[in-house]
Amino acid sequence: MSETLLKLDKIVKTFPGVRANRGVSLEIRKGEIHCLLGENGAGKTVLMSIVYGLHQPDSGQVIYNGEHLDLRSPKDAIKRRIGMVHQHFMLVPTLTVAENIILGQYPPWKILRHMDRVEEKIEKLSREFGLKIDPKALIHTLSVGEQQRVEILKTLYHGVDLLILDEPTAVLTPQETDRLLVFLKEMAGRGLTVIFITHKLDEVMQVSDRVTVLRDGREVATVVTAKASPRMLAKLMVGREVLLEPPPREGPKGENVLSVKNLFVNDERDLPAVREVSLEVRSGEIVGVAGVSGNGQSELALALAGLMPVAGGEIHLDGSVATNLSPRKLSCLGLAHVPEDRHRMGVVLPFSVAENFVLHEFDHPPFARNGFLRYKMIKSHAMDLVRQYDVRLGGVDDEIVNLSGGNQQKVVIARELHRKPRLLLVNEPTRGIDIGATEFVRRQIAAQRDAGAAVLLISSDLEELIALSDRLLVFFEGRIVGQIRASRDRIEEIGLLMAGKSGKDLVEK
Amino acid sequence: METVEPEIAQKPPSRRSDLKKISFSPRYLFTLGRKMAPPVAALAAALLVGAILLYAAGYSPWYAYGVMWEGAFGSRNNLAETLLKATPLILIGSGLAVAFRSGIWNIGAEGQLYAGAVAATLAGIFFTGLPAMILVPLVLLAGMLSGAIWGGLAGFLKVRFGASEIVTTIMLNFIAIIATSYLVTGPMIEEVGKFPQTAQIADAARLPRILFPTRLHIGFLLAMGVALASYLLLFKSSRGYALRTVGISPDAARYAGINVGAGLMISMAISGGAAGLAGATEVAGLTFRLYQEISPGYGFDGIAVALLANNNPIGVIFTGILFGALRSGSEVMQMNAQVPSVLVSVIQGVVLLSAAALGVFRITVAESRKE
Repeated sequence: MSETLLKLDKIVKTFPGVRANRGVSLEIRKGEIHCLLGENGAGKTVLMSIVYGLHQPDSGQVIYNGEHLDLRSPKDAIKRRIGMVHQHFMLVPTLTVAENIILGQYPPWKILRHMDRVEEKIEKLSREFGLKIDPKALIHTLSVGEQQRVEILKTLYHGVDLLILDEPTAVLTPQETDRLLVFLKEMAGRGLTVIFITHKLDEVMQVSDRVTVLRDGREVATVVTAKASPRMLAKLMVGREVLLEPPPREGPKGENVLSVKNLFVNDERDLPAVREVSLEVRSGEIVGVAGVSGNGQSELALALAGLMPVAGGEIHLDGSVATNLSPRKLSCLGLAHVPEDRHRMGVVLPFSVAENFVLHEFDHPPFARNGFLRYKMIKSHAMDLVRQYDVRLGGVDDEIVNLSGGNQQKVVIARELHRKPRLLLVNEPTRGIDIGATEFVRRQIAAQRDAGAAVLLISSDLEELIALSDRLLVFFEGRIVGQIRASRDRIEEIGLLMAGKSGKDLVEK
Repeated sequence: METVEPEIAQKPPSRRSDLKKISFSPRYLFTLGRKMAPPVAALAAALLVGAILLYAAGYSPWYAYGVMWEGAFGSRNNLAETLLKATPLILIGSGLAVAFRSGIWNIGAEGQLYAGAVAATLAGIFFTGLPAMILVPLVLLAGMLSGAIWGGLAGFLKVRFGASEIVTTIMLNFIAIIATSYLVTGPMIEEVGKFPQTAQIADAARLPRILFPTRLHIGFLLAMGVALASYLLLFKSSRGYALRTVGISPDAARYAGINVGAGLMISMAISGGAAGLAGATEVAGLTFRLYQEISPGYGFDGIAVALLANNNPIGVIFTGILFGALRSGSEVMQMNAQVPSVLVSVIQGVVLLSAAALGVFRITVAESRKE
């Protein structure tokens, strides 16, 4: 087809205790979009960090444009027109777009003098590539999607032939994701080569020309995307068949467990986020909440969990009033909550895995006696759950921060589910975790439903909602704008509702 | 000898020996080593920088450090002086470790020390009729309570009005220190009235000495006890679990059903109480009266003591003695080697900076290892 831009030959990179890359070879062609697909810990990011000069390989060669590359730092990579957008943005929130873009490139006295020219150039670039952004805007005032645009602009500003994107869609809304993918295709059309790190199959299928699957630090296969199927890629990635869609539950639903009437919730800035929402979840059913993130779903979840005050309306849990109760009391009423933000809320990162398992029960018997923790009980409890929920770790004394995202989430799921909740509130249960863990988490949620729990599932992943839910509530601007049976053939309709097109418009169309 | 060893090894593992086995396993020693490495390296770096400065200023570093060591540990009396200076540092450092682990930045230990010293002095002057068995605990309790209230005030302002505790505790420092000046020059001045100081506290209010003929008093043992208690509170009790959770992630704490505001108040009161106790032991064990500038900045050194120990109260015992030794050693160094004791402030500063730098380094390494 076309010539090779980048060739990796038997790259080996070992960190203390981790063999990240065990001899990876890879060829990237000019002008293609090449996906690097693999579970967390497969070595994708490390491999690309080597290409970007952040790490030096222990052995193996990087050949770029026919010459042997020996990068000492990202500066060398930028000089050779290699750009990388990291999963966690490297931006200074208190500086402007333009300042961030030229950060570290010029000595300070030059920056001040040339700021106008820099801003002009950025404006020109953003027009040229359709990446609308104000160079004078402060980073912290921008949305995540816009911040990512700044990161991409940064690479364009310095000149880029090879653009590496590390899980760029992990933080984006579906709309922003679509826009990004369209943009990348356009850029590839103009001759840019893109390496796209991801673990999401649908994105691979949507955007890439070819895809290389990594597993356990080795490349498993490189295939032309057009000849691949998601099922086959998933199998390559995990190394076995995966079932992402647990079978639905047959039979009638039970009694009402959660009923919400005319709920109003204000967000942190005291602006209305949830407006007059009423919903019911019965025992044995999964109700999905769909919507572009930021339309009140997070606030709904927090209010139901007792973490955000209810401004109006009523919540009943199993017949008892559950409005504005403390998280403790709600937990006694049978609520289990898998929170949206795992790192900030779901786990305490510097705590050990064992300590994380007793987050709700640390001061109850048998885990505490006379005010003192009983580490023996805490540890044996943790070991039981680790076995039962197949959490992969060195030991329960390990700090949970050292676990992969998937295993962290398994800890949260295990902690919340082992209490046999009446109502299970799950928010983004599989965001950012690998496909093996996703399969596991979904199966656990379905198992709770089968056991008679009422499940309210909030997710920005439409696939996930359809795979798990019995029916879907669509949120837009804090209201429920539609209630739809969860089914794949109505996905377009759901998408339109999420975008705020009302049901009436749909009918008229 | 040869026959004894296998016997020990074959002993059936009772609960006690179980504990021993754990504490000396290679894994434990490794983690211990990893925890100890930063402060030790920080100290080494600081001594090196200090040596360069000494050399540049025309002194022999070897000789100066020798004198300093001698001054800190060279005799029974010097050792006692070191431990005397370590006493308030360990008390304050232990309390601050609790506060810092709970995520509240109490910069006000100096003021809380003064608040404690004032209350202890008042108790020691007024309740002259009581026997030592009652008066000593009463004096200490008064100091502790007063410090706890002074610290709790900043905690209350934070929880109720969201006022930054860094700002309020610093302001409360000024209030406490200046109020003390006012008290000892006016309302509480001794009857003779020559010096800005109070009358002496009752004999029965004074802390017993523990190492004759030195001035070392029982306050040092008390400080060790407080350090141990703080350690148990933080790492072995369920209250400590809650406090640490609040310190790491208030969101996770709320999610876990922990009362974040109460946690902040409690840890603020605990650290204030420990600093107040330090004020009380200074008065009841050393000065026997209150005067201006009763603390040479223990409240601020205590911050360094806690941070260098990675906010672990057991570690605070060691870093407290280290800073105590730097203080007492420097005085002797100034006297006998004519090296300005300011230099020791430089060494203390570099210890802190290198500890902070090593902390950052540790975080960076940990992050680069993750994918």
